[in-house]
Order: sequence, then C-alpha cells, then structure tokens
Amino acid sequence: VTETRTIADLTRAFATRTVTSESVTRECLARIDRIGAATNAFITVLADRALAAARAADAEVAAGRLRGSLHGVPISLKDIIDVAGVPTTAASAVRRDHVAAHDAVIVQRLERAGAVIIGKTNLHEFALGPTNDESAFGPVHHPLDPSLSSGGSSGGSAVSVATGMSWASIGTDTGGSIRIPAAACGVVGLKPSFGDVPTDGVVPLSVSFDHVGPLCRSVADARLLFDVLSSVPDVAGPEPVPQAGAVRLGTPRDYFLEHLAPAVRAAFEQACDRLRDAGVTLDTVSIPAARETSPIYVYVALAEAAEYHARTIEAHPDRYTTPIRVRLQAGRHILAEDYLRAQRGRQRLVAEVDAALAGCDALLLPTLPVTAQPIGAATVRLGDWEDAIRTTMLRLTQLFNVTGHPALTMPMPPTTEGLPVGLQLVGRRGATRRLLDLAALVEPIAGHPFAC
Amino acid sequence: MPTITAWLQAAVATEERDGRADTRPVLEALAAAAAVLRAASWNADAAENGTASVAGARPDQQQ
Repeated sequence: VTETRTIADLTRAFATRTVTSESVTRECLARIDRIGAATNAFITVLADRALAAARAADAEVAAGRLRGSLHGVPISLKDIIDVAGVPTTAASAVRRDHVAAHDAVIVQRLERAGAVIIGKTNLHEFALGPTNDESAFGPVHHPLDPSLSSGGSSGGSAVSVATGMSWASIGTDTGGSIRIPAAACGVVGLKPSFGDVPTDGVVPLSVSFDHVGPLCRSVADARLLFDVLSSVPDVAGPEPVPQAGAVRLGTPRDYFLEHLAPAVRAAFEQACDRLRDAGVTLDTVSIPAARETSPIYVYVALAEAAEYHARTIEAHPDRYTTPIRVRLQAGRHILAEDYLRAQRGRQRLVAEVDAALAGCDALLLPTLPVTAQPIGAATVRLGDWEDAIRTTMLRLTQLFNVTGHPALTMPMPPTTEGLPVGLQLVGRRGATRRLLDLAALVEPIAGHPFAC
Repeated sequence: MPTITAWLQAAVATEERDGRADTRPVLEALAAAAAVLRAASWNADAAENGTASVAGARPDQQQ
C-alpha cells in the first residue's frame, strides 16, 4: 500500500481487490496509535466508525459496486467541520459540550464519494492563528521535530497526511490555514477559489475570507478531492494538458520576496531555474497594494470573528485561551467605518491581483517566508528584519484570502536540514481547475514527491 | 468619527474598566492598522469624482 502514491492508485487497488479498505484503514489507525499522541494531531479518532465504513466499502466492492472516487479511502477532517453525532470542538473549551446535529455539506459529499472518515484533527483554536500553538488540546508537533510547530491552523490535518495517519484531510483556510501547515509539513494544500466549496456545517472564522479545501499527497489527489468537494461542475471537461513552453508564470518580487529565510530563497530560486530550464516563461509582476494586505485582513477578519463570538465571549470568556480571547475582545471595538474602509481596500487588491494575472497563467511565489518555527515563538528574525510570528506566517498567503483567488502549495525539495519548503501557485478567480492543471505541470519539474 | 488616538483611549479605558487590560497590545496594533487604512489611496472622497473608484487597477498597473 505504501508504494501506491495517489488516491486513484489506491481505489484501483481496492477495485481489483489487491488490497482492502479495512487493511488500509487499520494501517492508518496503527499509525495514529504509534504517533498520534506524540504529534497531538487528532482530537477525536473515530476508529470503530471508520472500520465499519471500511468493511462496508469492501463489501460493496465484492458486490461490484463503487460509490465514487474516494471509495474506501481514509480521510481526516479538521475539527471545525461537523459530523453528525460527533463533537466539533474547534479546539476550544467553549465547545466542550458540543455534538453536531448534522453532517456538513462537504461531509455528505465525501461520504457519497465513498470516503472513510477516520477522525477529527487538532487546530489553532477556532482557526484564529497560523501556528497551532493555541489549542485547548495543546499544540500540534511537527512530525520531523517535536520542538517545531506544524503551522496552522489546519496543523493536525497536515500532520495526519504527512505521516500517513490519513490519506488526505479536509481543512479550512482563512488567511493561509491550509497552505501554511501544508508547506511546513511537506504536503500539498489547496485553497480553492472563494465560494467553490460550501462552508455549511463548518464553524466560521471570517465569512468574507473562509475557504474549505484539501490537504493531500499530490496535485492529482487535490484535483480528485476538489472534484468531490466543489459545487462547481466541471462543465468544460478535461482541458488540454498545458505544455511548459506555452506557460507563463508571474512572480511578485516586491514585498513577497523581500524577507525570506536563506533556505527558502534558495529553494524558490532553484524552482524558478528548473521551470525556466523546462521552457516555462517567468515574468516579474507587481501588486503594489500588497503592503496594505495585513491591515485590510485584520480589520475584516477580526470584526467578523468578533461578531460570531460576541455572545459566547460575554458569557464564558474564561473558556477561550487568553490570546484568542484578547484578539476577539479587541475586534469588538472595530468601527463600522474602518471595517468598510478595509472592504474597499479589498476591492483594490482584487483588481491588482487580477491585473497581475492578466499577462500570465498563474502567480508563482513561496508559501511561507520561513520553514517550520519553534513552538511558542513570538517573533521571527531574518537578518535585520523582525516581525511577529503571526504576521510572518501569514505574509505570503493572506492576500489570496482577501481577494478570493485560488492558491495551491506543493512541497519543493527540502532544505539541507531536511525541513519542507512550500511553493505556491495562484490562479485566476473562478478557475481552480485551471490552477490544478498548471500545478500538475509544475509538480514534476519543481516539486518533491511525497513519502511517509 | 473619533481620531485614532481617541478611539484607542476609549477602547483601552473600556477594557481596563472591565478587567481586561491584556487586550491593550492588540488594540494598539489595531490602531496602527487603522492609520494605514485611513491614509490609503483607495478611500472614498465625496468631494472629488473618481477617487472612490476601486474596481479598476491603478493606471500605473494597467498593461
């Protein structure tokens, strides 16, 4: 099983009865037993439910029936996504008594396609942070070094995929929360175009910026999962595979490449060289208002989060971790006028990213300015430049939540210390499948194959 | 519309009164962000035509 690389390979193996869903599910559960506690990746493991679903999937195969493209595949869910009858903790003591009444729409779609839900993964409390340090269940540890953060907020999801505790995971991304941990842990993460995947049954953070998407082993898996999760029919059908010589990628160098760890810069420049050698044209593009992304982001995201949490934070402020409570409380002071000013700035950013994409097929940039950071770090220093850990981790991703453009991270070859580095591609709004086509072209040239 | 300084003073006073002085650093960060937002070029100006338009890219960005 470990030699099968993609979900499509795995389901083919199920269909030919070379391997069973039960054995693959047991293998994932065994990994959870071995390394789940050390990484703290899971909040709830649904072992009995998963094994029952896997056996049912095997029985259906024996009867000649396949439910869909995820038939029998073990998948984890960030614990912010409702599964009927199971707690949705959002990694917060606020939700200690919660049990979901209904499945989220995406859970219905996953199970309709045959997925085996194996468990619910740890996250930054209420998805309000990019490190996973703040969780009522404790931080998520990086699989390569327990002193390092997994990145967040979908940190448990990234670790579950990176270590083979699940074949894929579904996370959410409001400022980079799929792409950041995916990059830090060395897996593929897709934030689809805004609105492509429904958020019904997913605990909101910021309704203007929330996206749902997969973390997985390859671009092919991301495509397969997107087709299951998406509300957007693939009416165009398969488009011609892009040829490297006909592809033009734009790199926004100002702001985005100003502060990078040397290992990240080296990996990115090497990826650019490989793409040029393969015939891809690389241009420099400009997004001048990108420098104003952070104020725009924080004024929209914190105001919307504060609105959602207002009643609970008044009744039970002590149930939040202190850093989350403080941010939500401060968000309640945001004036409507400044919120709307940020929304107006958002339109400017949309226009500028659209303009940058007008002359190229996709944007190309690193996903994170740094590799995985120590758990509990407050700041990041790069030469003479120092910034808060939150701001640094969000620096290269949050723009595309503000604008809604689809964005994907894939691992590049790791640093000399063996730490993963993420390469980010950003596509045109409403064109997630086209972005996936381009990512499939880039992956064998500049990517790094998955291994766990 | 309060100035940013007045807004910050009022917000900090409210939080300290209610025993949440630890909110202050985040409020100060929000005040700094508000200064960027209020000074930004995309803000509406009811006295001038055109400055409120944000739908198109800046002229210097059009290719």
